[in-house]
Amino acid sequence: MLETQEATAAIEVDHLVKRYRRTQRNAVDDISFSVRRDETFGLLGPNGAGKTTTIGILTTMALPNSGRATIAGIDVVADPIGAKQRIAVVPQRNNLDRSLRVGEILTYHAAYHGVARAERVARANTLLEEFGLGERRKEKLGWLSGGLEQRVMLARALMHEPEVLFLDEPTNNLDPQTRLFLWERIRVLHERGVTVVLTTHDMEEADRLCERIAIMDQGRILALDTPDGLKRLIPGGTMLELRIRVPELVIAWRTAEDGTAGIQDERFRDTLGSLPGVTKVEPVADQPHGDGQPETLGFRVYASSDAGALLASAAQAVIEEHAELLDLRFARPSLEDVFIYLTGRNLRS
Amino acid sequence: MSASLSSNQERSFQARNNVRATLTALLAIISRDLLVMRREALTFLVQMLVQPLFFLFVFGKVLPTIGAASAAFSTLLLPGIVAFTVFITTLQGPSVELARDLGFTREIEDRLLAPLPIALVAVEKILLSALRGLIAGAFVFPLAFWILGSGYQVRTDLLGILIGLMVLVALVGAALGLLLAAVAPIQLLPLIFALVLTPLIFTGCAYYPWASLGAIKWFQILTLFNPLTYAAEGMRYAMIPPTPGPASQTLAIGWVVLALCAAFILSLWGGLKLFHRRVVS
Repeated sequence: MLETQEATAAIEVDHLVKRYRRTQRNAVDDISFSVRRDETFGLLGPNGAGKTTTIGILTTMALPNSGRATIAGIDVVADPIGAKQRIAVVPQRNNLDRSLRVGEILTYHAAYHGVARAERVARANTLLEEFGLGERRKEKLGWLSGGLEQRVMLARALMHEPEVLFLDEPTNNLDPQTRLFLWERIRVLHERGVTVVLTTHDMEEADRLCERIAIMDQGRILALDTPDGLKRLIPGGTMLELRIRVPELVIAWRTAEDGTAGIQDERFRDTLGSLPGVTKVEPVADQPHGDGQPETLGFRVYASSDAGALLASAAQAVIEEHAELLDLRFARPSLEDVFIYLTGRNLRS
Repeated sequence: MSASLSSNQERSFQARNNVRATLTALLAIISRDLLVMRREALTFLVQMLVQPLFFLFVFGKVLPTIGAASAAFSTLLLPGIVAFTVFITTLQGPSVELARDLGFTREIEDRLLAPLPIALVAVEKILLSALRGLIAGAFVFPLAFWILGSGYQVRTDLLGILIGLMVLVALVGAALGLLLAAVAPIQLLPLIFALVLTPLIFTGCAYYPWASLGAIKWFQILTLFNPLTYAAEGMRYAMIPPTPGPASQTLAIGWVVLALCAAFILSLWGGLKLFHRRVVS
């Protein structure tokens, strides 16, 4: 019995497909992954990537068109009641019961899940104290800030001691203090052996909390690995970011010469791309300019060559093009870079 | 062999476990609703009894006194007011609350994620709403006794039937309310209420007995499509003291019960189906 328990993953997702009625595209498009017991697992991707839909299916609130999903070996479609007994959800949007007081929100939630009366009162008291909500037990929600409400939602989710906790963008739009608080709580839960699945489009959050991350885009999983493993996806591992300004004089001269002034970015992209060892050049979104300032261009250069050699040749190339080098820095690839590398798009676009 | 046996055992254990979890969750949700209901009891009663109060006063007291209606009218009116109060209270209860929950606050999610079938969350709403409607309906009697004075005439020998009918009417109203909530997005609810509620009230025979409509045949037929007609006629059957004369004739009680049962089953079936579709995408 114990053996089989350890053998079953906390979550098993197998070729899951979900298409909403009256839409053209699959919201979740044939994804498969599994989450170990005790693991903190992240679904990372932009809005509309299918993260929330995936969570919806796993929490029995959406039905897949095909494929299979299990929680602790229980099929979420065949036995939703069994699945619901093992999970808790902190949703993206506040859905706290406004007819109840803060303490009652916790105790009633536990009552729905069959926690005995004395036990649920004790647990609520402990959690409210731990979450800095002890004073507010008798208050109605109208008086609480967004950060405090988020704490109540997490406390509520923990009342029935779920095996798997789903957090849908838990720290989106939160104040830094609550954010740090939630990160700390998630870490503690992990230590206590709770399986945590969280969705986020915050790279730092995913990097800090998750043992493994699935990067999702347009309903598919593009990559799934540890944060370090994902960062190693970027070939070569050297990454240089440049910011360049082309002086007006040069622009005027080029316009007179051959009319190529309008395509500065492509010109630089080609130049940088032809440097030895460079594998890929990505334009980086422009910083806002105005005040008659000439345009600045940003590039991210991935290379397999030695960092020093790349630095020298890139600087040389910029100067030869008669441009000013405003900023030049090496970056250790972040998850954001991985996302950009995989999709060619910025995560927040 | 032994593996399949143990997996079977596990499955039956799981099934029993699910039944127990469902019962526990259902009772907890009921107790949550009872708590909220107790807290809101006063505002709820005031809200629900203002309309019957004025109807009883104007139509049952003022009009007969100034001679605009016969004294017997109040006897005909009271059952209609009871039916109307129960029906409207139960109709509005779940529809406003659920439409708000489903479309806007999502407060109900915590209960949808409780370990019980989603349909039971809706059924529980219907039962509690019916209970509220019955309480409101019961309060109409002392109110009428106080306002109508000697005009208050209710037979008590059919009390069992009266209570049974009130329960049935409350269930019909609540199930219809669920249907409305599941169909209507919250933004459209005021419009739907305007389009559905007003015609429902005025074609529902609450303020006139059905038999008296013989003179306007098309309207009399039209009223038969309104569940409130059967509710009001049923109440008349169970409340009006037996006196000789055409005024005490009501729709046959068998038809009344049949129509109300049919309305309940149809709206419950449609309401649960649409509710499920609305909740589980």
